Amino acid sequence: MAILSGLGEWFDKGRRSFAGWQEFIGETTVDCLSLIVRPRNFRFGDFLLAFQRASYSGLAISTGIGFLLGLILAFESAAALRSFGVEVYVADLLTIGLFRELGPLVTAIILAGRSGIAFAADIGTMKVDEELDALATMGLRPVRFLVLPRVAAATLAMPVLTVFAELAGLVGGAIVLRVMDVPTVVFWAHVESTATLFMIVFGLAKACLFGMLVGLIGCFSGMRTKATADGVGVAATAAVVSSIVAIAVTDGILAVVCYIWNV
Amino acid sequence: MERVIELRNVYAGYGRSVILRDVTFDVMKGEVFALLGGSGCGKSTIMKHMIGLNPVLSGDLTVAGMRWTAKTRAKLCRKIGVMYQSGALFGSMTCLENVLLPLEEFSKLRRKARRARAMELLADVELADAADKMPSEISGGMRKRVAIARAMALDPEVVFLDEPSAGLDPITSASLDELILRLKREKGMTFVVVTHELDSIFRIADRAAMFDKARKGMVALGTPAALRDSSPDPFVRKFFNRRKTDGR
Ligand SMILES: Nc1ncnc2c1ncn2[C@@H]1O[C@H](COP(=O)(O)OP(=O)(O)OP(=O)(O)O)[C@@H](O)[C@H]1O
Ligand SMILES: [Mg+2]
Repeated sequence: MAILSGLGEWFDKGRRSFAGWQEFIGETTVDCLSLIVRPRNFRFGDFLLAFQRASYSGLAISTGIGFLLGLILAFESAAALRSFGVEVYVADLLTIGLFRELGPLVTAIILAGRSGIAFAADIGTMKVDEELDALATMGLRPVRFLVLPRVAAATLAMPVLTVFAELAGLVGGAIVLRVMDVPTVVFWAHVESTATLFMIVFGLAKACLFGMLVGLIGCFSGMRTKATADGVGVAATAAVVSSIVAIAVTDGILAVVCYIWNV
Repeated sequence: MERVIELRNVYAGYGRSVILRDVTFDVMKGEVFALLGGSGCGKSTIMKHMIGLNPVLSGDLTVAGMRWTAKTRAKLCRKIGVMYQSGALFGSMTCLENVLLPLEEFSKLRRKARRARAMELLADVELADAADKMPSEISGGMRKRVAIARAMALDPEVVFLDEPSAGLDPITSASLDELILRLKREKGMTFVVVTHELDSIFRIADRAAMFDKARKGMVALGTPAALRDSSPDPFVRKFFNRRKTDGR
């Protein structure tokens, strides 16, 4: 019985937060579209600040993780490919892996842990301090003020961060192969022949999509913060966990779609 | 006299939890109306209904003859100014930018004139020299005064102040009272003020409503002097006569 009622409660909670999410997405879409009519309503200063925090300040970690990722991937796969004497194909594997999947994925997870959490905590603190109420009674929409600049910043920061992570990953791979006596020119030749424009653009588009998800989920969690002692902490945790789940699920769906369409 | 805010049999609260039952009173144009009561009795709750943040649980609440609905919201927001209990300044903006924000969004003034107006508002609350400070760099009392300046920015018809003088020294608190009285006199503004300060109540309030947490409702309504001198309710008398016991 307890299990049943627990399940019911859980289901009810899920239903309500889904309704909240729908409403949030609706409001965001409306406010976003209304920018077409009045572009000056976009809070450009807030956007720049959020973009700078998401991109410039996150560059070091994304590049570093990308580099390590390339290094490790190359090392592990080279060990296997070496027994066939074809360790140069590590370059092909790395190119496809990084550009299509791992570059956007890993960068998005880093973004969730850095910026998504910051969005949730910032907005959550504002909510607890009644600042969101203050906006509302001034007749200003919190979504336009707080959500749009941050979502735009996260969406646009992702491709920048991803490119850096991917290039760093390739450099990591090149170093491993150099150590295994594959000349760097050969490595780059393989990278060039494997990488297609479609692959790169697809990866970056995916990066933008993930960035948008992280931004939206971060802001949504912040706006739903409860005014309790641990409210902001709960919101921040929820932001990271839900972002990572959303990214993984979206990536999975995209992978299946790509497989079906054979691209 | 014209009624600005009308409450008829309002049940106040959040979702399913009722905080105050069956509240009925009016706020007249140009008066200072005080909301009194102990901590946690629901003063902020009823104020949140009046400023349209939360819908009333039942009953009828109108501001300037309109209920809070999606249609009237934009219009009503322009008629009110609110100072929240915590100040609720935007932490990422300086004090001046906080006061400028409503002007930038809604007034038709030019850039220079907007700045001048914002500085004037800050000077009104005696904080012209804190204009370029961030809210985190000033004291709680100063933050409240900046919040009052922000609430006044667009010359609203009704100004809601949630505990404006809590945490202020007696002199600043008295000068705030004078500011309220001046705005009432010169601009005919209406004020709804939550306060605990007896001195302040007698200085500024034309009428007051008093709430009791235990009875979950309004227990008195009238001028402060009438509440003090002739209320039949022991709770109300105790509230007004604590002056004698706590030596103030
Ligand atoms: N968001 C909320 N949801 C549910 N209950 C709430 C909420 N906010 C406040 N309450 C409850 O409503 C009651 C009244 O709170 P309110 O903030 O209106 O008191 P108050 O009279 O303003 O007190 P104070 O003088 O301390 O500010 C309290 O018992 C509080 O626990
Ligand atoms: Mg209160």
